[in-house]
Amino acid sequence: MARRSIEPVLWILFSAGGVMSALFLPASIFLLGLAFPLGWIAPPTHDHLQRLLGHPLGGLLVLSLCTLSLFHWAHRFRYTLYDGLQIKHLNEVINTLCYGGAIAGSLAAAYLLF
Amino acid sequence: MSERRARTEHHPRWLRPRMSTYWWLRRRRHLTFILRELSSVFVAWFVLYLLLLVRAVNEGAAAYARFLEWSGHPVVLVVNVVALGFVTYHAITWFNLAPKAMVVRLGGRPVPAVLVAGSNYAAWAVVSAALAWLLLGG
Repeated sequence: MARRSIEPVLWILFSAGGVMSALFLPASIFLLGLAFPLGWIAPPTHDHLQRLLGHPLGGLLVLSLCTLSLFHWAHRFRYTLYDGLQIKHLNEVINTLCYGGAIAGSLAAAYLLF
Repeated sequence: MSERRARTEHHPRWLRPRMSTYWWLRRRRHLTFILRELSSVFVAWFVLYLLLLVRAVNEGAAAYARFLEWSGHPVVLVVNVVALGFVTYHAITWFNLAPKAMVVRLGGRPVPAVLVAGSNYAAWAVVSAALAWLLLGG
């Protein structure tokens, strides 16, 4: 039997992360990164955010958003370096840093959320 | 591409012209492709930003106030403006690609691409509104 490649799994994570980040990120960055800091809209109170993040569904949503988005980044960025800069001799290092970074970030998110 | 492969009698010499590292600067299409791929960097940036927010909320009201102050710093704001641009570009290219990546069939006929992309845009609008409603105290 041919050795199974992990590539399809990575691609599914990339794709799922692409959907999640496309749906959630523009509004999130607009609100959390611009509208609240600039005072266009009053930022949510600390209590309110704590309740949202403390709710099991809220925590799960943020965790899956972080994990899938990070794997989306890892896969896409890896191929950007591969195609754009053609640094194939650093392939192993790049793969380790990208997917390793995604795993580390996901663990950090799980630690912070639960 | 290494051209220093040993020549053997049975192996033809490689005929692969060396491609410039900056090949993607020459054509608009290639540049927009690389820019689309680079949007992923800003996706990762936002995850980091979000996790810093979560940590601040965990630490208490004072840490949250400090986060809000930090998020108003000009450098952070500029990064977020750029990130918003890239992430919106990612969303639009992603939704426009959806009908090409996945052909949906209903009753034996393919659903028109406009409808597939349209439903993605509708989902985007619903998610954005729900997010705003949740954050603004729904």
